[in-house]
Amino acid sequence: MFLQQLVNGVALGSVYALIALGYTMVYGIITLINFAHGEIFMAGAFIGLLLVSAFKVNVFVAMAGAMVFCMLMGVIIELIAYRPLRKSSRLSALISAIGVSIFLSSLALMVFGADAKGFPDGAFPVRQIKVGTADISTLQLLIIGVSAVLMMALEFIVQKTKIGKAMRATSEDYNTSALMGINVNRVISFTFALGSALAAAGGVLVGVLFNAVSFNMGLMAGLKAFAAAVLGGIGSIPGAMLGGLLLGVSEVFGVAIGYSSYRDAIAFTILVLVLLVKPTGLLGQKITKKV
Amino acid sequence: MADFLNSLVGSVDPYMLQILVNVGIAVVLALGLNVITGLTGQLSLGHAAFMSIGAFTSAMVTIKTGLPFVANLAVTGVVTAIVAAAIGFPILRLTGDYLAICTLGFAEIVKVFFLNFEPTNKALGLTVPPAKTAIPMPIYVWVVAILAIVLVTFVQSSRFGRALKAIREDEIAADAMGINTARYKIQAFALGSFMAGIGGGLYAHFLSYINPSDFGFLKSVDILAMVVLGGLGSVPGAVIGSSVLASAPEFLRFMSQYRMLVYGALLVFLMVFRPNGLLGGVNVTELLLRAIGRKPAGK
Repeated sequence: MFLQQLVNGVALGSVYALIALGYTMVYGIITLINFAHGEIFMAGAFIGLLLVSAFKVNVFVAMAGAMVFCMLMGVIIELIAYRPLRKSSRLSALISAIGVSIFLSSLALMVFGADAKGFPDGAFPVRQIKVGTADISTLQLLIIGVSAVLMMALEFIVQKTKIGKAMRATSEDYNTSALMGINVNRVISFTFALGSALAAAGGVLVGVLFNAVSFNMGLMAGLKAFAAAVLGGIGSIPGAMLGGLLLGVSEVFGVAIGYSSYRDAIAFTILVLVLLVKPTGLLGQKITKKV
Repeated sequence: MADFLNSLVGSVDPYMLQILVNVGIAVVLALGLNVITGLTGQLSLGHAAFMSIGAFTSAMVTIKTGLPFVANLAVTGVVTAIVAAAIGFPILRLTGDYLAICTLGFAEIVKVFFLNFEPTNKALGLTVPPAKTAIPMPIYVWVVAILAIVLVTFVQSSRFGRALKAIREDEIAADAMGINTARYKIQAFALGSFMAGIGGGLYAHFLSYINPSDFGFLKSVDILAMVVLGGLGSVPGAVIGSSVLASAPEFLRFMSQYRMLVYGALLVFLMVFRPNGLLGGVNVTELLLRAIGRKPAGK
């Protein structure tokens, strides 16, 4: 029972973590809460579904396709809705992000309709593996595995490549990095592309796991992933992973011990409690204000 | 008196009347958030939670007691303000986006609470009996809206309002000047929520049906968009912002299914072209004085 729920929780948590990474990276660089991120996750799920059902490709190809599509989408959104607002107040950019989010979810509603769609049968062959008393499906292992691989790839890009170095420099100090000859606009576009790709992968994984893709799936998932990013300390990449896993696991355990109707409140209660004790999140840097 | 008001309300096209009432309620809500976010600079993403507390409190007061509607709204406002102060006390220590996500989280918790709260019918929602007043609701809403405009205008230029602006501009400097920032922030939060509660009470009695899901994240965002669109910290801005956004979905109704699509795009374009809001940085009194040919008061 415990092991079973733990695996469920880690699987859900890895998806939250994948989405949370996009929030945290964007926030780290331009201090914008990208509210449209949940909608990119939703778009990823739909593109994946479309590729699997219309073009009969396998799940991995569909995921790759969705990631590429959403990368472009993220870059274009940044170009149209956020870049013109970079010099104005952060609230204006926030409202713009909310506008994008409303736009995308109503677009999805128009194109794909209001009811949830499922992946065709056998899109991913599911088998149950018995480990002790727990029934672990290959699907859950797939989710955990794919998330782990993607996160390692991200860690590699951020720590070992030149563009990753530029990302870290830009998030450290935007103006100084621009003075040092870093093409800040390119770094920001790249960050959006990376974050969106991760969200798209998360979307396809969730679509396969719950076998339901709908136009409004981005809202709650986005909010919870954002909560996960803040819980871990926004701007911190390991923090987003930790926060996602923590929220996923506690949500699953909360439901398992009988609080299923409070499901959506569990994540936020933990968030509020943690912030009260540690105001900048678990792994967040302490902000020192200079006068 | 009541007859006259009834015939006055009756003479307006019902559809137009509904839009007018929606605008009036939005004005009250937006002005409340304007005190918290516009004047004091504390970003709140959970204003709808206080609206829902107000709506359910007011509905329960009407159902359980015989209080006249004026007293009902007063009780509702005070209850909401007390809840807000109790919550504000711990969370207003947080700053910036951490505060924003905390208010968002709190709003979700309130929503889930009402979804599971037996006395208010859980997820089924609550049917609200008519308000105990002879005055028609639309008049009520607009009287309250005008009172709210007057109240916030006075607050803005009072000693209290100047302290709030000082906190918005620089919290550390305000602290150093001897302003008790923690206390003022909680008071601003309570005042804004007081207005949200009253707005919620009006909403409940005008619609006569409320459901916890109506007060979700999107509702909070709607109210915030009104404040930012009009111009943060500006009373005429909040009024214009709420009038535009509360009536926009109605005026966009002719494009039926494209409505929300256009609404989203509209938000983006308005922000890109007027990043400080429609009236951000515009001194409305001065414009009015100039329009009627008098010299501006000048400083």
